[in-house]
Amino acid sequence: MPTTAFLTDATICIGCKACEVACKEWNEVPEDGYVWSGLSYDNTQSLGASTWRHVLFLEQPLAAGPQVADTSDPFRWVFLSDVCKHCANAGCLEACPTGSIVRTEFGGVFVQKDICNGCGYCVVSCPFGVIDKRYHDDGRAFKCTFCYDRQKVGLMPACATACPTQSIQFGEVGELKQRGKNRVAELKARGYGDARLYDPTETSVGGIHAISVILGEPEAYNLPPMPEVPTSYLKSAWTSAFVSAAILMAVVLAAFAMRP
Amino acid sequence: MAENHPVAFQWVIEAREKHGAQVIHIDPRFSRTSAMANIWLPLRSGSDILLLGALIRYAIENEYFFREYLVHYTNAPVIISEKYRDTEDLKGLFSGWNPDEKKYDPASWLYEGAEPERWGTAASSHGGHGGEGHSPADLNHYEKDETLQHPRCVFQLLKRHFSRYTPEMVERYCGIDKEAFLRAAKTFCSASGPEKTGTICYAVGWTQHSTGVQIIRTAAILQLLLGNMGRPGGGVLALRGHASIQGSTDVPTLYDILPGYLSMPHFGEESLSLNTFTQKYGSKTGWWHNFDKYMVSLLKAYYGEAATQENEFGFHWLPRVTGDHSHQGYWLDMVDGKMDGLFVMGQNPAVAGPNSGMERRGLQKLKWLVVREMVETETASFWYESPEVKRGEVKTEEIGTEVFLLPAAGHAEKAGTFTNTQRLLQWREKAVEPPDDARSENWFMFHLGRLLKEKVKNDTSSKNAGLRALTWDYPTEGSEAEPIPEEILKEINGFKTDTKELVSGFTELKADGSTACGCWIYSGVFPKEGQNRANERESKDFYGHGWGWAWPSDRRVIYNRASAKPDGTPWSERKKLVWWDAEQKKWTGNDVPDFVATKPPDYKPPEGAVGDDALAGDKPFILHPDGLGWIWAPTGVVDGPLPAHYEPLESPVRNAMYPAVQNNPVSETKRRRGNDYADSPDAKYPYILTTYRLTEHHTAGGMSRTLSHLAELQPEMFAEISTQLAQELSIVPGEWITVTTARGAIEAHALVTPRMQTLMIDGKPMQQVGLPFHWGYSGLVKGDIGNDLVAISEEPNVRIMETKGILCGVRRGRAHGNGHTAAVPLESKGAN
Repeated sequence: MPTTAFLTDATICIGCKACEVACKEWNEVPEDGYVWSGLSYDNTQSLGASTWRHVLFLEQPLAAGPQVADTSDPFRWVFLSDVCKHCANAGCLEACPTGSIVRTEFGGVFVQKDICNGCGYCVVSCPFGVIDKRYHDDGRAFKCTFCYDRQKVGLMPACATACPTQSIQFGEVGELKQRGKNRVAELKARGYGDARLYDPTETSVGGIHAISVILGEPEAYNLPPMPEVPTSYLKSAWTSAFVSAAILMAVVLAAFAMRP
Repeated sequence: MAENHPVAFQWVIEAREKHGAQVIHIDPRFSRTSAMANIWLPLRSGSDILLLGALIRYAIENEYFFREYLVHYTNAPVIISEKYRDTEDLKGLFSGWNPDEKKYDPASWLYEGAEPERWGTAASSHGGHGGEGHSPADLNHYEKDETLQHPRCVFQLLKRHFSRYTPEMVERYCGIDKEAFLRAAKTFCSASGPEKTGTICYAVGWTQHSTGVQIIRTAAILQLLLGNMGRPGGGVLALRGHASIQGSTDVPTLYDILPGYLSMPHFGEESLSLNTFTQKYGSKTGWWHNFDKYMVSLLKAYYGEAATQENEFGFHWLPRVTGDHSHQGYWLDMVDGKMDGLFVMGQNPAVAGPNSGMERRGLQKLKWLVVREMVETETASFWYESPEVKRGEVKTEEIGTEVFLLPAAGHAEKAGTFTNTQRLLQWREKAVEPPDDARSENWFMFHLGRLLKEKVKNDTSSKNAGLRALTWDYPTEGSEAEPIPEEILKEINGFKTDTKELVSGFTELKADGSTACGCWIYSGVFPKEGQNRANERESKDFYGHGWGWAWPSDRRVIYNRASAKPDGTPWSERKKLVWWDAEQKKWTGNDVPDFVATKPPDYKPPEGAVGDDALAGDKPFILHPDGLGWIWAPTGVVDGPLPAHYEPLESPVRNAMYPAVQNNPVSETKRRRGNDYADSPDAKYPYILTTYRLTEHHTAGGMSRTLSHLAELQPEMFAEISTQLAQELSIVPGEWITVTTARGAIEAHALVTPRMQTLMIDGKPMQQVGLPFHWGYSGLVKGDIGNDLVAISEEPNVRIMETKGILCGVRRGRAHGNGHTAAVPLESKGAN
């Protein structure tokens, strides 16, 4: 099976949120609260147990490439549909003590809801803050399934299917990465000087399966520039613990040995 | 367009990304569409004609117009009556103004030599949707100057008329930076000539003005100048408000037109007989010469065998329009207690109507109200949930209206067609049975009609003669006796009355009663038994032939004769669409020709020819009596042959273009207690208010505020204001503010954003307040009603209200209750 991925292009996302709605419809995700945020048109605010696609609305005092906008100060409005990154080294999967979180044949990270016991270790282990517990329910953890059921029968994930402008593209990971690079080069040539591909590879997550074309700094999109899997600190943490224990033991022994 | 038509906007994105199209967006606020545009211009709401007029002036001054197209295909070279006087001569009025009746006599707007109409002021108040082309005045004989130099030719009149619509005026009164305007003007006007086209897309942001029709006219004039009509990639595209709104004007739910844009008879001399009626609305030359065929075929569809030559095919059974029965007109009648009952289907006027508060008061005066809906809308629950009841202004027990809420089937629960923006009929299958007692519109109307007919079966009064004569025999299927929708579409398509054989198109329709047709423009959608063309689903080419069916006759680009030169060859290889095949002696190409297929380009009409035969082979606009694109409207528009900039009914400025005429003189304010207006300007209401929709909700919210997945995306009422206005009034982002107009006050959260810009109007900073109108008092998410602030007013041609460019005031605090200004907590949803 090929490893599949999303490429989400913020420069053609129109912020319609069809992806959010399609995701909820297909996956029967419940509502996530009727809270008006006051933050642009972003009332979803973040990914969570009941929001598996989230369109971020970014109002910035910067120009959108060559756009001519008759505003008193530079201004641009960028939309980005964010989703679980289905990391190659997934923090949630590694932290899960029950074996509920598994790797699928498409390279996605899947939470088996009938096995999850709601311990929440995965929540703190995700470097992107994606997975969360459904607190008002029985506390189990949920996130994007990568529409495993749809992929299984050869369909695209619901979000990519619903996207009217093909801002969300779905396909083989290597091909999408190349497409993303080409798109950034094209955008730069058209005057979008700060276009870039968000695809951190040189970190312990070992590559992600949901990459994005964005304008400007990833931090503005709540995307960590250098995401790290907490378990990557295991070796050094255990080594330090062992060394500390050894030193403590040595001190204790020394204390006995030096007894007059 | 991205905001309200995201699915259609995919094509704009594709054009921008793959073909380098330049996207220009003009809107008072920076919307999701603006974010995707190459150029965004803000604009003072209500200054549209000023801006478009300046584009026309720019195209003329800089010779961007497409001369050969203009000279042959439009009335630019036609010479106008010497009795005509322009707004430049008459201080903002056109000739023919009657100040007592507040109406124009359009006789002086005719072509030189054309006879005035037989029925007096033809362009009377019933413009309706179908006005154009219906005129017995002989407009097919005219003098013209192909050099466009004659001082009274349309081109010169146009040039003079818009001579003061300068970039400086745009900067000063639209609030658009002059350089930005010039850049946009150059970009758009460059899309002209043989190799290029440009399109203009609009939605109700343009129509809901006291000058709405003339705004669209200005856009059409600009497109005709640039040669962008009837050509691929051109046009003025009306993006309709919801599914099948196009269908609801084609087979209309409007009071003043019949199916296929045939006029409804009015109470007057011209409606005394079918003959006088068809004489008035049929035209001697051009396609509307066939008016009688379409009218008689419609009457045959209505009345079947009861419609005979002797009884003028039942023409006298049709009701006569006796006054203003538009939404605004009849709602004011309701407020005045002149109406007993009302059916409301697929509409939520308690929230969606202008001056909704007054509309809800109107509902209280009814004896009965039937609401057919999928959910209990505010219109159905006004008697116990409305703000008037909650505030104690009226008690539920004092409201005598008997309300019937009947469950309606949703679009997936019934079969039928939708007609979209592109005039495309698309069939949809029933996916699931409707739940419980929910029924389709077809079911409801059919059985209601059946019961009413049953009731008057033995009644001999003339009042019910039409109802008794009505054919009402649709075959049904299933346990609920659902009318078979294909059978209705067949009746709309038309058939021969003797054999019941389906007609293949409207050219087969006759005026002698041998054919019946429910809507002539749809004729051909069901040309043979078993061939429902609306249900075709295999697109064969770039234009989508094979997917659905576009009226008329599956022509995807209307007036496409204009895509070829006068000699019949394409303007260019790149922009070819239909052309004359000299060998086969017929029009051919990539679309169905919107032209008589065998009429050669060099055809010259013989003396005395009538109908389409009276139009030469190089006259593409076949619905007009002269076959020309109307830069100048000699008839059919009641407020001027050319558009002129008038200020909205409420405006922060005086009309700088025509100081003596502040507003469209023919528009109506319907001023009365409860429907008051601010002064122009007005210190109490210093800001401009504009209402609009958001992607996340559907119109008045009946279909979106009741669904959790949509309701959570925009859960509360807010008003968008600029950072400068927030600073001026010390408004904290997110806190409650109260927005007031002369009609009422509502509260909303303050959404402070640079997407609302401070405009400099006549040297002074001007603020615009943006208000989505999706909320009401029922549903999963609730909020105050934006339309409570809007006045009931009427544009004179189609009687639409003005919801854009009205005046408002803003203050901190809530509208109701103790007026405290507690900021809403900007809480995170993470901790739910």
